[in-house]
Amino acid sequence: MSELTLLLIRLAFLAALWFFVIAAVGVIRTDLFGPRTAPAPARKPAKVVKPPSRAKKGDPRQLIVTGGPLQGTIINLTETPITIGRANDATLVLSDDYASSRHARLFPQDGQWIVEDLGSTNGTFLERSKVTRPTPVPLGVPIRIGKTVIELRK
Amino acid sequence: MSAVDGAPVPMTAKRRGAQLAMLAFAVLIVMGAYASVGLGLKDEIPSGMLTYGLGLGALMLAAYLVLAKFAPWADPLLLPLVTLVNGIGIVMIYRLEQAPMPGANATTQLMWTALGVVMFSATLIVLKDQRALQRLTYTAGFAGVILLAIPAVLPSSLSEVQGAKIWIRLGEFSIQPGEFAKLALVVFFAGYLVAKRDVLALAGRRLLFIDLPRARDLGPVLITWGFAIATLILEKDLGTSLLLFGTFIAMLYIATQRTSWVLIGILLFAGGAVLAGMAFSHVEARFDAWLHADSPELYETAGFQLMQGLFAMGSGGILGTGLGQGHPNLIPLAFSDFIFPATGEELGLTGLMALLLVYALIVQRGLRTAIAARDPFSKLLAGGLSFILAWQVFIIVGGVTRLIPLTGLVTPFMSAGGSALLANWMLIAVLVRMSDAARRPPPQAIQDEGLTQVMQR
Repeated sequence: MSELTLLLIRLAFLAALWFFVIAAVGVIRTDLFGPRTAPAPARKPAKVVKPPSRAKKGDPRQLIVTGGPLQGTIINLTETPITIGRANDATLVLSDDYASSRHARLFPQDGQWIVEDLGSTNGTFLERSKVTRPTPVPLGVPIRIGKTVIELRK
Repeated sequence: MSAVDGAPVPMTAKRRGAQLAMLAFAVLIVMGAYASVGLGLKDEIPSGMLTYGLGLGALMLAAYLVLAKFAPWADPLLLPLVTLVNGIGIVMIYRLEQAPMPGANATTQLMWTALGVVMFSATLIVLKDQRALQRLTYTAGFAGVILLAIPAVLPSSLSEVQGAKIWIRLGEFSIQPGEFAKLALVVFFAGYLVAKRDVLALAGRRLLFIDLPRARDLGPVLITWGFAIATLILEKDLGTSLLLFGTFIAMLYIATQRTSWVLIGILLFAGGAVLAGMAFSHVEARFDAWLHADSPELYETAGFQLMQGLFAMGSGGILGTGLGQGHPNLIPLAFSDFIFPATGEELGLTGLMALLLVYALIVQRGLRTAIAARDPFSKLLAGGLSFILAWQVFIIVGGVTRLIPLTGLVTPFMSAGGSALLANWMLIAVLVRMSDAARRPPPQAIQDEGLTQVMQR
């Protein structure tokens, strides 16, 4: 086998190796640059007829934990209510002495998310005020549960 | 409330197609490497290429099917990335076997890979929920300590190979219990730190710019430290000692976010290592071989392997000599501890960087799982397991490139060695299980029930 062929094989192999790495990064680009669903509807607005209650531009898409032991956790919002508490079946499981096992619930209603305290011992706070009845949650306003702070983001 | 229909809200996709494509790509690259070795060595495509390639492909397809059935939401990249490093490892061992180099045996490595895939599948099937491990916190800690301590108390004839007392030898067969101990100990650290993180994070007073912990909270750190130093002295194993202590400190940092723990840890270990270096000749010899490997008196003895590895990487250069065209068989033990320089000679800096990036991506997927995990135990466990993998790659690559003292750790998934391969495949299975739990969307409501919802599990 000639030198040249071997050289070409060698370079081709290295190129394939790097192509693999780049392809792997491509698979996880949604992790790095956010989900693609945001710009997609904007490009072809006529195609999808959406129910009025859902996925308007200003609607929150994610629940982000901004403080406390679980800081950094992101939960994507669907139509399902989110339960928060120490119970193992909660959507967001807290290990916090100041949280109750079923502490609070977030659910969507008429296009906005509502926070409801489920009779917790230490209370749920929306910004500074205690949540006493189901209250709508604006984007980016912190909800405090024990040591954990969460907020809704787009 | 509106009716719940297949809502196109942002949701993690399963990405099964991408996973299968990447898996096929990884197997193809490995087959290409195999063919390239044959062409470089003997000017012909080796007859076993299809057997090895299809064997690896079938194994990974089996692993994929188990994953798709038992952890459908798992991360799509972990399995293909691991397949690639494992496959390249087998090819390098095959290449050294053909060199010929006594001790290198690619068929054995392929069989261990098969067993590794079996362990991977078994772990995924048995471990339905990683939180079950939290109940085993202290059992895991006890098991880890026992596994680590067995070689230290066994007579040297049963436990010592080439100066490191880390084996259990039963006739032909030998295992390295420390590899499994590290898994058990990470589980223990995670469970222990979840229970104790608050007191470790909050109590203490501030001095200058760091928060010092209280003296009594130093207990667990000191115990782990004593344990690491004992491993270093009794088992003559700097690698495992550094690996376990470093992982404990990193997990302590993840749990408490306090820099002071990291500083205390580094000071303790550096102090302990220096003291051990002064007191025990074999530790001192290790340090000498690192600092003066190129001196005339050590070149022929303790520093020989290290220098041969450096020469190999040097002759590889940027693009490498090409698979099958270098002389990696000149490095002693090129198939186990020194597989990294051996690969470096044939694939060059370009190839090594790609391999390191593959490791980095595996670790990134693990850390990403830790961020997405919904309970503190899973967060710590995923963080700890990813860190131990990254730390192990750093220790061995730093060792062979003479950045830190050389230690007898294996390169994960590449080096010849059954215990390490099995343990690392189990580690990946636990990570896959956790990424499945973290990426699985919350349960959907089954019907429109107004404001009352049935919570289903």
